[in-house]
Amino acid sequence: MRTLVVVSAGLTVPSSTRLLADRLATAVAGQTEVRVDVVELRDLATDIANNLVTGFPSPRLAAALETVTRADGLVAATPIFTASYSGLFKSFFDVLDPEALTGKPVLVAATGGTARHSLALEHALRPLFTYLRAVVVPTAVYAAPEDWASAGTDDLAHRIARAAGELAELMAGRPPAVAPQAEQVVPFAQQLAALRVRPEG
Amino acid sequence: MQFGIFTVGDVTTDPTTGETVSEYERIKAMVTIALKAEEVGLDVFATGEHHNPPFVPSSPTTMLGYVAARTERLVLSTATTLITTNDPVKIAEDYAMLQHLADGRVDLIMGRGNTGPVYPWFGQDIRNGIPLAIENYALLHQLWREDVVDWEGRFRTPLQGFTSTPRPLDGVPPFVWHGSIRSPEIAEQAAYYGDGFFANNIFWPKEHYMRLIGLYRQRYAHYGHGTPEQAIVGLGGQVFMRKNSQDAVREFRPYFDNAPVYGHGPSLEDFMAQTPLTVGSPQQVIDRTLEFRQYFGDYQRQLFLMDHAGLPLKTVLEQLDILGEEVVPVLRKEFAVGRPAEVPDAPTHASLVEAARKVSVQ
Repeated sequence: MRTLVVVSAGLTVPSSTRLLADRLATAVAGQTEVRVDVVELRDLATDIANNLVTGFPSPRLAAALETVTRADGLVAATPIFTASYSGLFKSFFDVLDPEALTGKPVLVAATGGTARHSLALEHALRPLFTYLRAVVVPTAVYAAPEDWASAGTDDLAHRIARAAGELAELMAGRPPAVAPQAEQVVPFAQQLAALRVRPEG
Repeated sequence: MQFGIFTVGDVTTDPTTGETVSEYERIKAMVTIALKAEEVGLDVFATGEHHNPPFVPSSPTTMLGYVAARTERLVLSTATTLITTNDPVKIAEDYAMLQHLADGRVDLIMGRGNTGPVYPWFGQDIRNGIPLAIENYALLHQLWREDVVDWEGRFRTPLQGFTSTPRPLDGVPPFVWHGSIRSPEIAEQAAYYGDGFFANNIFWPKEHYMRLIGLYRQRYAHYGHGTPEQAIVGLGGQVFMRKNSQDAVREFRPYFDNAPVYGHGPSLEDFMAQTPLTVGSPQQVIDRTLEFRQYFGDYQRQLFLMDHAGLPLKTVLEQLDILGEEVVPVLRKEFAVGRPAEVPDAPTHASLVEAARKVSVQ
């Protein structure tokens, strides 16, 4: 079975960011068969800061990074702070291996105190995941306070359904993620030959 | 098996007193520490090489030459020699010179260096780190083994009819170890030449080093130098000891909490659990160090980092007394138990001269 991993950077308990992320995950699960794993960054805040300082993850953070790396698809949700993703959210992706998300379908989502910050998804989250060579679904989902009481044809529920449908389709069209291959070593003669100024002979 | 110490040569404020030693005091302290290493019965002293503050050892052969003149037995090494940004011709000359002055008591650990600006300061680019390490060492290897060298590469002025002098003592170049934290290319390089591989084994979880050492051993055998178990492995380690482990923890904690590299991050307890750092009684250090053999196999050289993070010289010398009197004698005995006869000792000048003599007789 494919695995959908939710990365949520909400800080309060309960958190509206987590609420949004869970609704997205449920909507994806409604369209394609997936197991859902959740990585709550709040629980890893100290581990993430320590990794920035020491250069290696604690066992708990290493497990979370491994979960994300093995995922078939990702829901990445953050509160918008100071016009962008939260520092905790960014720091998690800073300590993730830069190759870990290559080709992986990602749905980006955010919450904020005002709808005026909704384009942070397009200006901050989308380029971040594009840089990491993830495949970001076209619909990004933002929830402002009023969205939790919205109705009509473009309400939050509709946006969630559309984005979830896009992610489900990408995940279904992709072979299941496999465990990374053991390290391959380039034979030394080949490493030396690559440096040779003129070919021999 | 060899035991010794390696030093980074950092000038760090003592967090318990706010005092910072001068460069003069730190350089002299490094020499005092090296002499103490011989006095307490250790086998190896290795100095770092750095080209930026707060580090003092920019000129390792100057320091090691001075130490050589004042010691009898101690093997002088580096941790590490920057094979990327030093001219390999100058390394060949400097260390051959040192080898003569020290009557052969010299080997080197090659490293790439991870301080970004050092590369451009020396006319290089950190993105070429691996190719520089490979090409520069290939030239160094040739300069020490061929009297007259014609050479052309990507990174250095070509050589026509060049002879590096002095020639290595007794025609036998200093033994070389290659150090790396995470690059399989360097493990492969060490294996190809049949050189040693050194994992600094500090600051990071052991799994990083296990992976590389496993690869090195396997490729060492692939290149026909011996069995995987006969490959030449060196390890670092970091310890702080007092008779009672609580005293060790209490005394070391402020140095740990404020240390460069890992300070202001995880707790001492977490860092001890996640990395090879051991702060405790001499017996705890013995037990932890003996575990290394389970993870890395029987190995040839164990170096300890004893003098960083602003620890005062007096404390470091006390640590060396404990290391030499209470820890290393037990480690020597225990590491010898069950060690297969075919696992070699670390190469020395004498053993390399003997090996070369056997080859020429055949």
